[in-house]
Parts: sequence; C-alpha cells; structure tokens
Amino acid sequence: MAVKTYLQAISDGLRQEMQRDRRVYVIGEDVGVYGGAFKVTQGFQEEFGPWRVIDAPLSETAIVGSCTGAAIMGMRPVAEMQFADFVSCAWDQLVTVAAKQFYRAGTPVPIVVRCPSGGGFSGGPFHSQNPESSFAHIPGLKIACPATPADAKGLIASSIEDANPVLYFEHKHLYRRIKDEVPDERYTVPFGQARIHREGDDVTVVTWGAMVYTADEAATALADEGVSVEIVDLRTIVPWDKEAVLKSVEKTSKVLVLHEDTRTGGFGAEIAATITEESFENLDAPVRRITAPDSPVPFSPPLEKAFLPQVEDVVAGLRDLAGY
Amino acid sequence: MAIAREAEPVGTLKEVRDAGLDREDLLGVYRNMLLTRGIEERGHILYKQGKIPGSFYTGRGNEAASVGVGTAMGGDDVGTPLHRDMGVHIVRGVEPWRIFAQYMGRADGPTRGRDGNVHMADSRLGLLAMVSHLPAMLPVAVGCALAFRIREESRVAVGWYGEGASARGDAHEAMNLAGTRRLPVVFICDNNQWAYSTPTHLEYACETLADRAQGYGFEGVVVDGTDVLAVYREAKRAIEKARAGGGPTLIECLTLRMEGHAVHDDAFYVPKEMFEEWAKRDPIERFRTWLRENAELTDDEEDEIAAEIKKILNDAIKRADESPLPDGKDVAEHVFASAEDLDTPHHK
Repeated sequence: MAVKTYLQAISDGLRQEMQRDRRVYVIGEDVGVYGGAFKVTQGFQEEFGPWRVIDAPLSETAIVGSCTGAAIMGMRPVAEMQFADFVSCAWDQLVTVAAKQFYRAGTPVPIVVRCPSGGGFSGGPFHSQNPESSFAHIPGLKIACPATPADAKGLIASSIEDANPVLYFEHKHLYRRIKDEVPDERYTVPFGQARIHREGDDVTVVTWGAMVYTADEAATALADEGVSVEIVDLRTIVPWDKEAVLKSVEKTSKVLVLHEDTRTGGFGAEIAATITEESFENLDAPVRRITAPDSPVPFSPPLEKAFLPQVEDVVAGLRDLAGY
Repeated sequence: MAIAREAEPVGTLKEVRDAGLDREDLLGVYRNMLLTRGIEERGHILYKQGKIPGSFYTGRGNEAASVGVGTAMGGDDVGTPLHRDMGVHIVRGVEPWRIFAQYMGRADGPTRGRDGNVHMADSRLGLLAMVSHLPAMLPVAVGCALAFRIREESRVAVGWYGEGASARGDAHEAMNLAGTRRLPVVFICDNNQWAYSTPTHLEYACETLADRAQGYGFEGVVVDGTDVLAVYREAKRAIEKARAGGGPTLIECLTLRMEGHAVHDDAFYVPKEMFEEWAKRDPIERFRTWLRENAELTDDEEDEIAAEIKKILNDAIKRADESPLPDGKDVAEHVFASAEDLDTPHHK
C-alpha cells in the first residue's frame, strides 16, 4: 500500500493489466513515444513495445473501430481518447457497432475507451466536457466514473476484464490533485456497486467523479451547522447502484443529485426519476438537482466558474433541503 | 488517366489452375454462385408472400464478386461482408436454412431475430456481422488485421464497402491506419454504380475508387466484378500479399446493381440501356459459358447441380419455417455479455 495520485493509480492499474495479460494493448494519439497527453502511459512503450502501445493517426473512428475488430479476434484493447470530448468522433463505432454487436450477433466486444473528462482549467468547449450521459442512454455500453485513486485502479482492471464495451471517464481535475492509499496488488472494483464516501443522517448527495469532492467540502462546511450529509459515490453509472441510493434515501428522506454534466437529460434526471418512482413515500422534500447549466463549457475563468457546480452552490442546496 | 491497375480477364483452364483452382473447385464456385442467387430469389418470393418482415435486399449482379473473394480467403482469414455479399456467407459455409430463418426473424437465425436481412454473420466461420452505417465495418476489419499483426499470425482480414460508402470518413480512417501500419487487410469495394438512386459522378470525382489506394500508400486494382475468375485471382493475389507482410490492397469490383436498392425500389432512375448492357454480362451466365467452353461442363452436370440447389433451397425454407419466432419476453436479454460469453475460440 502506498499513497498515489489518481493519475498514477490509473497508470499502475493499466500497466499491471498489460503485464499479466498479453491480450491487453493500448492505442491512441501520442500514447507511445510521448506517453499520452497526460502521461498516463509514460514508459509503456519502452516496457511493452510499439505493437502493444500504438501511436495512432488522428482517427478516433479508426481507433475505436479497430479496437472492436481486435477484441472480437481475442484481444483486450484499451483506447485512449486524448480528451473525452473527442469521443464524439467515435460515436458511430461505439454506439452503432460496439454497443449492439453482442445483442445482434452474440459476439462480445470487450474494449475499454479511456476518456479524460471534466473542466476546471479553462479548457473551453472542446476540452472540458463530461459526456457520460449521452452514452448512458445507449444500451450495451458500460460506464465507469471513478473518484478515488483506489477506485481508479480497481475499475481500470474490471473495465478491461469486462466482456462489454466500457467507457472509462477519468476526471482530469483529479489527476494530480487527489492522492490516497492504493493497494499494490491487483484487484478489481465491481461495476454497479456504489461507495459511501461519507456517512450522514440528514441529507443524501448522489454524485460521481470530481463532484464527490465538491460534495465533501460542502458537507464539511455544513457539519458546523449541525447538518449531517451522506455522500453516495456511484463509481459506475452503467450499471448504477440503485439499491445503495434508495437505501440512503430511506435513511435521510432528502436527496440532492449532483453532477458536472449539463442539466437536461443528464444522468441525474434518471436518478431523480427513479427515486421519485420507487421511493416517493420516503421523501420529505422534492428531489433536488445541482448540475451545470444547459450551455457549452465556456473558456473564460468567471464563465467557467459559473458553469461548474461550486461548493457554495451545493452548500446552499443542502441547507435548503435540510430546512425543508 | 487512372492510376490503379486494371486486372486482366482469366482466359484458360491452365491460368485458373495456376491461380489455385482445379475443376472440382470451379464447379464448387459455380454451385455457390447459383446458391447465392437462389437464396435471394427465394427470399424475394417469401418477402412478397409476407413471410419476411421489414425490407429485403439482394446482391443480384454481385455474385461473382462475393463468391470470387470468398473463395480466395483462407480458412483462418476473417471478413466483414455486406448486403450485396451473400456469396461470402455461402462460401464460408453458413447453412442456408439459418439464412432464411434470419430473413423471417426466427429464433434460429444467426441473430436470433435481433436483426434482419443480411445483418448477420457466424463468427465461428470468420465473419463479423455488418451494420447499416456503411462503411463502419472497415475500421473493424482493420482491427482484426491489427490483432493478427500484434500476435504475428499469418491471417488476413477482408473488409467490404461500396462505392456509395466510399464517400464516408470511416473508409478514409480505416485505409489510412492500415496503410501507415502495413496491416494484413484487403479492402473490397463493390462498385455497383448506384448508391440507392445516386449515380457515381455524384459520389466521387476521381476516375476509379481504386486510384485512392495510392493516397494511402498501397496498391489499387480495378477488376471486372462479373468475372468470377478474375475477381478470385486478384483477391487471392492481394490476400497472399497481405499474408506475406506486403500490406493492404484495394480491389474495386465493377458491377451493376441489377435490382433496386431494396426490393421496394423499382430503380426507375437507372437507364434501361444500362440494365440491358449489363444483363449481357450476367456473372452466372458468363461463368457457365466459360465452364462449358473451357472446362467441359456437361448438360448432365448442369442438371445435377440445378437439382441439388433446388433441393437445398426447398429443405432450407422448410426447416427455417419450422423455427419458432423469438419470445417477446426476452427482448432485453443479452444486451450485455457476461464473462462466460467470452469463452469462444476468438476471445481466448
């Protein structure tokens, strides 16, 4: 066990999978010689060679499409999108080919597409998005959104091991900011099993990714006011741990769904609707959502700050709910 | 002036033997072409009888191209044939009754009723099921080739697309990646001159689509797609070149789509003279004549083959019709694969 950054945990997990399984290879733009735009695959090409750490042309369609073919031929490809935003260029290969191949043809497509996502760095409209909800709507795709270094490592292993196409959203704002203990040995974190990030009695926050820490700061601030907040970190949103969420709602009777993605059709809407459908009698207040507004991610710092849910927004939302 | 090489027709039995086919193989090719057309003709009748839901597509006019390429593939090679390439499924050994079951949306079709018409493939026979978004299977074929290259296997992937789909970016990305890595993949362009109602001059502005291969750093060849032996020889050459590490080849098979885009379409937009001209080059009739002139195909043999095909088709339709329809309660089953589903020859 050693303290590692979130980024190092992803890198270590990926390296460990490649060491134990020759079928695993990495393909993406600048993943080889350069070690990846964020250095997740630094040193990989030296260790595994140019045919297992493949520098691809600027071709997200061919990168993801080729992963599907190779996976059906028995490989376990891991594609890197340089930024999650660019996964739009591979939409058809993910949604039309990979997601539906098992249902139609009975051929599993075990691929992982790593998507460095999220804002907070003035990345602007094309380097900051959280497109997980778009893919959550597509039957056949699994989606991981780890928040902690330990989960980042365990979920990269379970994503590679999984028999289905997995989108693995790694939040860029967590890469070097978040450090924690990570076991040295290989382990997996199961899909569909939430983690209680913080236990509490008065209000539940359901969230994932970088917003876990925003929620945590808000909860700490409210603890002084005597409001006890429970934070459910979903860890994976397809499948998502409905039972853990409903259990927490039963305990607190008040729930705030928080995500960095935009509001309309965001995955939070699915969670809110499910709580309302299945646990209405347990609610003492309307389900509340805090999300980014329905706009592209803006570039200039004050605009981006207004776009991303802030600690004070969550504090205000929780305070309202607590007093409802 | 075209850049791509134009393939020569195949003349004599000796030339064919040199390309690797003996007389028995040739009769097999002929049988596969007849079976290909027979399945589609009978399918069309079943469709008109209301026994096939949805729409129905045929590859009439493309039998030489599909059977020729399929015959050139090795047993461990893989491919992603499309909706005009029934012949590839036949050559690889898909049982005709399962194709009819697929057409009719039955539980025993290769997709168990989850998908229709030629959107099917038996992965155990080295085929991957196509999607409607063309040419989305080209990057997938390139990925198969990439797996072979990583594992240093002497296997080849064959990816199909049409001249209509040549306009989409997937073709460019797939060929560019294959070219940069010299992957063992052969691209087959079924150029049947019509993308639904759109003629070639509105689809591309180069002289031939095979010319584009040079832009990706590999060889392009135009072949008469109604000449099964010429198609076979060029495909064989390209596949063995890829197997030997020589990288990709693009083969453009020139044909005419002899029916509408699907059977609801009467193809009024295709000039009548064009149909008449290409009808004279019907791939099956052309090969039959060649066999009679060069390989001593006899009346008795022809009758025997025709009777054999008829029996296969009758039996297949009967067996398919006995297959149950899928159960509606299973609609959301098998959306996700489990670890046990990976226990296939491919995923080891």
